[in-house]
Amino acid sequence: MIIERLPQLYGTKGWLVIAAFLALVCVLMPALYLAVPEDSPFHVPAWLITLLGKIMCYALVALAMDLVWGYAGILSLGHGLFFSLGGYALGMYLMRMIGREGESGSDLPDFMVFLDWKELPWYWAGTDQFWYCALLIVLAPGLLALVFGYFAFRSRIKGVYFSIITQALTFAAMLLFFRNDTGFGGNNGFTDFKRILGFSLADPATKTALFIASGVTLILALLLCRYIVTSKLGRVLTAIRDAESRVRFCGYNPVPYKLFAWTLSAMLCGIAGALYVPQVGIINPSEMSPANSIEIAIWTAVGGRGTLVGPILGAALVNGAKSWFTVALPEYWLYFLGLLFVLVTLFLPQGVMGLAQRMRSKRNT
Amino acid sequence: MKADLITPGVDGIDGSEVTGLAHVATPETLDLSHGTVLYLDAITVSFDGFRALNELSLTVDAGELRCIIGPNGAGKTTLMDVITGKTRPDSGTAYFGQTLDLTRLNEHEIARTGIGRKFQKPTVFEQHTVFENLELAIKVDKGIWASLFWRLGAEQKDRIAATLELIALSALADREAGTLSHGQKQWLEIGMLLAQEPKLLLLDEPVAGMTDAERERTAELFTSLAGEHSLIVVEHDMEFVTSIARKVTVLHEGRVLAEGTMEHVQSNEQVIEVYLGR
Repeated sequence: MIIERLPQLYGTKGWLVIAAFLALVCVLMPALYLAVPEDSPFHVPAWLITLLGKIMCYALVALAMDLVWGYAGILSLGHGLFFSLGGYALGMYLMRMIGREGESGSDLPDFMVFLDWKELPWYWAGTDQFWYCALLIVLAPGLLALVFGYFAFRSRIKGVYFSIITQALTFAAMLLFFRNDTGFGGNNGFTDFKRILGFSLADPATKTALFIASGVTLILALLLCRYIVTSKLGRVLTAIRDAESRVRFCGYNPVPYKLFAWTLSAMLCGIAGALYVPQVGIINPSEMSPANSIEIAIWTAVGGRGTLVGPILGAALVNGAKSWFTVALPEYWLYFLGLLFVLVTLFLPQGVMGLAQRMRSKRNT
Repeated sequence: MKADLITPGVDGIDGSEVTGLAHVATPETLDLSHGTVLYLDAITVSFDGFRALNELSLTVDAGELRCIIGPNGAGKTTLMDVITGKTRPDSGTAYFGQTLDLTRLNEHEIARTGIGRKFQKPTVFEQHTVFENLELAIKVDKGIWASLFWRLGAEQKDRIAATLELIALSALADREAGTLSHGQKQWLEIGMLLAQEPKLLLLDEPVAGMTDAERERTAELFTSLAGEHSLIVVEHDMEFVTSIARKVTVLHEGRVLAEGTMEHVQSNEQVIEVYLGR
């Protein structure tokens, strides 16, 4: 049944774009990075691989945001929390993999030695196993979202009230993670990672593998979300977005539908965070700051809500611009971001995708 | 009352199946064995001290077409809210059939047991096509996993096609519902209701914004539905009410003021005073 519907998810053009993207990410970029000598004009430098890998992680978050905001009409201003939890989950594993190569030379992570802790806290048990942390990456954000969402949706908290609560949630988590005795490295978080699954993180081949993993995960997540939104479940979600009480009187209970989209979205964010941390080499509580979560909403709005592909583009565009700005005109970045959001809200309610569509229909008439 | 419940042979229930109070204990299914589809007793709803419904009692027989009229603020919409689970009454009892306690069920549970509701303002899924609106409404498993793996079967396609025919929207099946005219939206919403295969239909001002021809067809449709279904129609349009009504209930200040045939109600002095005479 699923296999049958898979080819129908996109038209020929869509599949060609996906194939081209995968060829670029899995073959061309790695070849230009690894095989082409550094003095060649075609060489792709390591920083670009890291930057693009990072942007693909952000794109995955924007995609997850679109599933809840664009389709179910639930604006989350706390998605940075789920992203960070995924990042911290893998970060615990990466910290354990430093072994005795840390500054302290102890079996414990450095920050615990500095706190004069003698042994690992109970909740660090098992974190030296990759499979266990891989589970945590989806389960930690997923469970938090499930419990939080259950109470919020059951109490019919909606719209701006829900958004504000998610914002408060990520802020509270940030304060919690800032504390040293929470056991996650306080305001320094986790850093100085050495290796993952036995491979050195400094090795170009490892960087390439993480880059490819980010691209492939992004495409798989896109197809999963596309499958969902083109199913009847997706149509129920958009119906809930547009007329929730009508959905109820049709005999649907909106709570499990919203919970499904919400929890899945949080899990995708967790995966994005876990792919992000080894590429960037650090995770700390500032990732949970409310501003980060708001930025995720901006990427999604810029790309175009309810299109899945749009938010991916939006994340790429905004972060591409951010990389350029923070080098060229660092003090103006936030002004630009704010201006961008205002302009998009006023003139491009459907984002970049809506603009593209409008131009296409204009050409046809 | 107990003896009543165990009387064998009521409406095709043969005596062997009726053992004591057994059929009272199956709350999921609609039991119309006593010929009453809706039973409201002493329902009171207050909002900030204002009594929207004041000890209201109302009984609707299975297969009946009941019209409810009354001035603005008489509690008509609140009454619908209570029946569909949107508003919980402060006190009183509300039963759907013999066994379903409406005060204990949620909106979606009530909808699944067979009560369909049309809102005063036509409420359809504006960004879905007409076809998709009906697809979402038709009576199937409405759980989340069933929806995720849902495929439209031939039987359901036929049912949607038949409904489209009935509401005269076949040609517009692929149009976005938001682009329909007001009257067409009313019809689509009625179609969605019928697709749910309800036993009881609540229709809040169903002909508002319709042309005369559309009104006539709606009246025909409702009359043909009665019998198989039970209908409660809230309407301001007296002409329309007169054309379909067999029994009319007049609400005033949250309680029933009068009840009976149209002529009976129209000649009631209190009714003339508060409503008709104005």
